[in-house]
Amino acid sequence: MRAYLVRRFLFMVVGWWLLSVVVFIVIQLPPGDFLTNYIAGQEQAGTFLEREEIEALKLYYGLDRTPIEQYLFWAGRFVIGDLGRSFGSWRAAEQPVTKILAEVLPFTIILSTLALIFTYVVAIPIGIYSATHQYRPGDYFFTAVGFIGLAVPNFMLALLLMFMLFRYFGITAGGLFAPEYALAPWSVDKVLDMLKHLIVPVVVLGTAGTAGTMRVMRGVLLDELGKQYVITARARGVSERRLLFKYPVRLALNPIVSGTAYILPGIFGGNAIVAIVLSLPMTGPVLLTALRAQDMFLAGSIVMVEGALVIFGTFLSDILLALVDPRIRQERAVAA
Amino acid sequence: MTEEQAAVAAPESGAPTDEDVILELNDVRTYFELEEGTLKAVDGVSFAIRRNETLGIVGESGCGKSVTGQSILRIVPKPGDTQGNIWLRRNGETVDLASLHPSGREIRDVRGRDIAMIFQEPMTAFSPVHSVGNQIMEAVLVHESVSKQDARTRAIEVLSQVGIPEAERRVDALPHELSGGMRQRAMIAMALVLRPKLLIADEPTTALDVTIQAQILRLMQDLQKEMGMSIMFITHNLGVIANMADQMVVMYLGRVVEQGSVEAIFGEPQHPYTQALMESIPRIGLTRGERLSSIAGTVPVPLNPPEECGFASRCPKFIPGRCDAKVPDMIETSPGHHVRCVLYE
Amino acid sequence: MATTSLEPTTGSGVSIREFTEEEQYYVASQWQLMWRKFRRHRLGYASGVLLVLGYFFAITYDFWIPYDFTDRHDKLSSPPTRIHVIDANGTWQMPFVYGTQAIVDPQTFKRTFEEDPEQVHPIGLFTQGAPYKFWGLFEWDRHFFGVEGTTIHMFGTDDLGRDVFSRTLSAARISLSIGFVGVVLSFVLGIIIGGISGYFGGTVDLLIQRFIEFVISVPTIPLWMSLSAAVPITWSPLQTYFAITVVLSVVSWAGLARVVRGKILELRENDYVMAARVAGAGNMRVLFDHLVPGFMSYLIVHLTLAVPSMIIAETTLSFLRLGIRAPAVSWGTLMQDAQNVSTIAVFPWLMIPGVFVIIAVMLFNFLGDGLRDAADPYR
Repeated sequence: MRAYLVRRFLFMVVGWWLLSVVVFIVIQLPPGDFLTNYIAGQEQAGTFLEREEIEALKLYYGLDRTPIEQYLFWAGRFVIGDLGRSFGSWRAAEQPVTKILAEVLPFTIILSTLALIFTYVVAIPIGIYSATHQYRPGDYFFTAVGFIGLAVPNFMLALLLMFMLFRYFGITAGGLFAPEYALAPWSVDKVLDMLKHLIVPVVVLGTAGTAGTMRVMRGVLLDELGKQYVITARARGVSERRLLFKYPVRLALNPIVSGTAYILPGIFGGNAIVAIVLSLPMTGPVLLTALRAQDMFLAGSIVMVEGALVIFGTFLSDILLALVDPRIRQERAVAA
Repeated sequence: MTEEQAAVAAPESGAPTDEDVILELNDVRTYFELEEGTLKAVDGVSFAIRRNETLGIVGESGCGKSVTGQSILRIVPKPGDTQGNIWLRRNGETVDLASLHPSGREIRDVRGRDIAMIFQEPMTAFSPVHSVGNQIMEAVLVHESVSKQDARTRAIEVLSQVGIPEAERRVDALPHELSGGMRQRAMIAMALVLRPKLLIADEPTTALDVTIQAQILRLMQDLQKEMGMSIMFITHNLGVIANMADQMVVMYLGRVVEQGSVEAIFGEPQHPYTQALMESIPRIGLTRGERLSSIAGTVPVPLNPPEECGFASRCPKFIPGRCDAKVPDMIETSPGHHVRCVLYE
Repeated sequence: MATTSLEPTTGSGVSIREFTEEEQYYVASQWQLMWRKFRRHRLGYASGVLLVLGYFFAITYDFWIPYDFTDRHDKLSSPPTRIHVIDANGTWQMPFVYGTQAIVDPQTFKRTFEEDPEQVHPIGLFTQGAPYKFWGLFEWDRHFFGVEGTTIHMFGTDDLGRDVFSRTLSAARISLSIGFVGVVLSFVLGIIIGGISGYFGGTVDLLIQRFIEFVISVPTIPLWMSLSAAVPITWSPLQTYFAITVVLSVVSWAGLARVVRGKILELRENDYVMAARVAGAGNMRVLFDHLVPGFMSYLIVHLTLAVPSMIIAETTLSFLRLGIRAPAVSWGTLMQDAQNVSTIAVFPWLMIPGVFVIIAVMLFNFLGDGLRDAADPYR
């Protein structure tokens, strides 16, 4: 167990490192260096920088050094929590990236977590139902819904749900708070208001993962239900219900748990789209505006932080997997 | 119900009257309705198993011998459906297993307690994420209201009974931590923990090494004497049948083609199929250069089979107009020796 | 002694009798079996047929659309033109449209279009219209349908008065092809990397495996967004198109590589591969003669199922104005006009391109499903 966890932990760290390399490359991709862009942006905004300021920035970003040194500068600062400065693409204010993230990241994490929970709460029971009612109308119905759920792009689903809420219930689902709560201090009512606004995004984000997870659950269950150990258990008088829940469902949870590693990137990615369409104060719109303005430190930091979170989520699912599957817990014994 | 009443009630329903018979199959048919047609896996099988007796069922793969075993416990996979009578004598009563709901309370009561089954694949017979002990205990807990601790004691007992050393420790082992032979012993332990009256063994040694095969067969014989139970031994291996069984049934294409005592059938195999099977066994004393014979062709798939002798297409003694006219009747050629072939009509 | 039934296939070379249906089953090649099984999967087969039709229309779109997709008409943001078959007198006619007039509400400035029963314009087939160069080969000015005297907009028009039907059909070219090209690119990457990983095993496999896991664990959409944002604005539509395909495949090869690896590992252990090796076949020969055919069918299934995610990704990126750029059109760029709820509420027909995305994706999913069932022909 310990060896397994240490390995997964190392994998997470290596993943973070690889991600930082990728993000650094992404930051460097747009033509021209970001300092020039920054200066140009500032001048557009009417601020002219002093020569000393420019020199200081050059030194700060290590622009006169080799790319590898620049990377080390950037990564080193990232580790100590200095993510650089935004050039002012978000809310037209030149400010530290950390400040923006502090504003939008918590909501992003809340929404993603809720969407993940939604995915499981909906997909697992449906998957079990479909597998135990294979080729019956219910199974066909959920299969059809799943196919449609997979086929509708997130942004369209968001638009459609919003449209229907607007059309039939007169609710405008955009934003995260009703106007009267937007600036109010946190209260129970404000939290409830937020949850109400989160319903559409959670449904939208959860749908794609739900469709996939449902199919996985159904497929694995059907596979497991035909296996010898189930027949053996049936042959010793175990009831069908117990047979289903004690063995196949239990085993089918393994791919579901490890599947989190696939669903999570989708949820975080989809988040960006949904937040943009529903204008939620989350990382998506910030990323989009930053990219459009080539505010690469902001954009890169968002990709980096979200990617790091997803890799961390994968690590958590690995731990969970070890808890669910004794074969992994005892891996050390087997390997030895 | 007392035994006397059972005996009185029996003739009305056609149930067995012989006190010694613990299980009797009468015209059992297990069909699978498939898209391509009706697959007649078991097509009118009748035989009986007596107390403490070992019945061998032999045939090539696909002859329906495994499905026959599954039909008795009503664990035939979907969309299989079993018709006919499967009379089980328990506590002096006679129950027709074929009439029970396949997932109902009554048949579940029978499974594991009266009739237990062991399977070919010891690798996959246990859930990989539950301990061996857990799965043995489950058999006890499902059928008897005992504490978990008692069930565990029983599991350890039965594990050491089947020759697993350090049973106290092994009871918590996961299946993959045991060797193939050990796992097969554990599976036997699981089947026998409730001391069933009948053990259905479906090719229990096929997946094992030859040396371990012998050990397991020996173990089964010992346990049979110790516990006093009947065994229905399903195999394609005639050698194993000769060693283990008292009575034997030869199956082909879902039907019984010959049945009788092991001595009678090995002494004088009558059905051309049985004869061909016997000739395919390697023997000491075979003349050099003489080849082991094999049976021509392969077992057809019993999908919408025509009304004829199933072996007709491969039979060296095929008689046109007779063999393919109808399914031959079962004929008693000598006391207790039955054969289904037009040659004896 | 043993063989009587299959003798005619070899031996004298003269077939004594036809194969029975059952025997045909045994001698049929893997592809024949797959095809036969696929034909029986009605949904998958129908989807395949519809997709072939879709691609046909996408390739020959010039002819099927009444107007060039950049043409602006007077009717701005017009709802779909109503096609009538019964005229004002209640008699049946060939399909026709009425001329319309825009009326602007002086209070709300909302624009509505009123039909004028006096102006009847029959819909003509093979009408003369804007000239186009078919496949860049020859000039032509015939269109499948059209009306004279007014304009027909089956799916309405956008805020610049462009015909949404023509734009949707033109956009199919990019939207449908980008999935294909992207998948082929990922396939090449996937089969090389996955093949190396699965074939050589050991440390190479371990490293590549970890790398694949890493690529899969990165949130794709932000990465896609960042990479496409880096495509220079000065690039031509064609360059952008290829840049976007590259961006899409850079992220999505990993899933395919994993499939290839898994399959190779599985097949590598098969007896027939061992037999080939024992017979002295070299590495490359084993890989291409024995392993690749073994999982080709499997790969085709995965490729089919990978196309939808590409189509959705392209649509999403273009919707966010990070993908295909004007003047080129894809279903995603057409959806840019439908960015918020109020637009959809007033101009719902702008969502029509999105319906095409959904249909295309579903067809690919059904096709993939049918192929998956067929790829396992002995089951």
